[in-house]
Amino acid sequence: MALDQTDINTIAHLARLQVDEGDMEQYVHNLSDILGFVEQMNGVDTSNVTPMAHPLDATQRLRQDVVSERDQREKFQANAPQVEDGLYLVPKVIE
Amino acid sequence: MHNKTVSELSAGLHAGAFSSEELTAHFLRRIESHDGQLNSFITVAGDQALAAARAADQCLASGTAGPLTGIPLAQKDIFCTEGVRTSCGSKMLDNFISPYDATTVSRFNDAGMVMLGKTNMDEFAMGSSNETSFYGAVHNPWQLDMVPGGSSGGSAAAVAARLAPAATGTDTGGSIRQPAALCGLTGLKPTYGRVSRYGMIAFASSLDQGGPMTRSAEDAALLLQVMAGFDERDSTSVDTPVPNYSAGLNDGLEGLKIGLPKEYFAEGLDSHVAAAIEQAIDAYRKLGATIVDISLPNTHLAVPTYYVVAPAECSTNLSRFDGVRFGYRCEDPVDLTDMYKRSRGEGFGAEVKRRIMVGTYALSSGYYDAYYLQAQKIRRLISDDFRRAFADVDVIMGPTTPTVAFGMNSHSDDPVAMYLSDIYTIAANLAGLPAMSVPAGFVDGLPVGLQLIGDYFAESRLLNIAHRYQQVTDWHTQAPAAFS
Repeated sequence: MALDQTDINTIAHLARLQVDEGDMEQYVHNLSDILGFVEQMNGVDTSNVTPMAHPLDATQRLRQDVVSERDQREKFQANAPQVEDGLYLVPKVIE
Repeated sequence: MHNKTVSELSAGLHAGAFSSEELTAHFLRRIESHDGQLNSFITVAGDQALAAARAADQCLASGTAGPLTGIPLAQKDIFCTEGVRTSCGSKMLDNFISPYDATTVSRFNDAGMVMLGKTNMDEFAMGSSNETSFYGAVHNPWQLDMVPGGSSGGSAAAVAARLAPAATGTDTGGSIRQPAALCGLTGLKPTYGRVSRYGMIAFASSLDQGGPMTRSAEDAALLLQVMAGFDERDSTSVDTPVPNYSAGLNDGLEGLKIGLPKEYFAEGLDSHVAAAIEQAIDAYRKLGATIVDISLPNTHLAVPTYYVVAPAECSTNLSRFDGVRFGYRCEDPVDLTDMYKRSRGEGFGAEVKRRIMVGTYALSSGYYDAYYLQAQKIRRLISDDFRRAFADVDVIMGPTTPTVAFGMNSHSDDPVAMYLSDIYTIAANLAGLPAMSVPAGFVDGLPVGLQLIGDYFAESRLLNIAHRYQQVTDWHTQAPAAFS
């Protein structure tokens, strides 16, 4: 699978990643190589195979819908780049 | 003191031969004097370690100490530690101080172990050479211009160089076993779900598993005893009883059936590594084991399958790093999208970005069936290979890696070549099986690892099989000359 710069730009946008112009050629090359490598999977007949999501085929464990965590907002927000009045600040979204 | 195993240190502490404070200070001095050559630690927590050591000494004095009380330990910097930076080897988390401890960390704290610091690793555990760390590459103590393996390369180098008696690692595609092999350690990746993933920064959640990296199987049993067990905070934690991992270490191996998959001895395996592995198999024959040739026919599909499943899960897991709640945020974002893109573009290194993009592509509309779904189906085929094999044999053996440690910068421009260094380790993660690497000789002065793969929850048996081998060989006791 050969990708081009347009593909890389689309993928990078979906992943919300800034890709520097100078690195573009290397991403085109590396990602094409990786996708080419994983194409070995294509020839395998898996029409009757159930996909495996969990090694032990376990299912989701459920718990009672009760409060199990205490409020530690200030502690958590100590790691945030920008907070005000207990709120996380981001660049203006709505004009 | 630093050449003693965890079991020997435990005996010394309980006999009063030395205190935990003396022991901890000794290892801190060794880190100070030797780690400049290795770069195996990202953060050394000296003050906290000495305080924990003094507390351990009180427990030892009052008779409330357990077997691991007062023994120093290094934690891979992927495990969240309250109050001590947890970087995951990334600029993204360079300033991150976790508000809580990972379950593995709190279990070791409760056992009285003393955390020396946080070890270097490939960024977000993505790498097989420890060269993708934001904090610089780690050097192999056996030969400084060689890689220590990855992603738990800092833990491996630190324990091999006697800068810590033991360390934790995590293994998504071989990240405990491959560096253990390349640095001459005993490393164990438990059955998926055996050790809690809570507070272990997620890379690929259906594959990630924490485990011990030690200098003997006996030590690995002691550490796994603390790490293993149900944790309601991990949704995939398995609620089955934890056996006594040390109880059966000396059981006999008469009648043990060892399967040798022909695919693990095929083209690509270094002939000197192959010879060392064959010698190890011979040692098992002498211990009474029977050798059976087996086949795991889908082995060649493991690496390609992994490089769809792991990047897909990584792209999902790493979407949490958005520059809003924690982690790196770019300067002067013009709007929200710019903030996301530049924070992530500047905060992540090249390999992490590559994998996020591969995963994003594999999960994107129109490609999901061809990549992710197909990979999950092949994962079943790989798992079925093992299921059939374990109907006939007790353990599967082969090399942990196709070569001994390779030179630094030798694979840096070719991700696919780097990925192939995990060719023998990845299948156990895809199937969720427990697996170990144990030292089995040297090629050109560099350690060789023998891999043992067991059936689900067969950790006790693996440790027993490894321990008996270590009683008749001394590969695991050898230390790199510059650090002995």
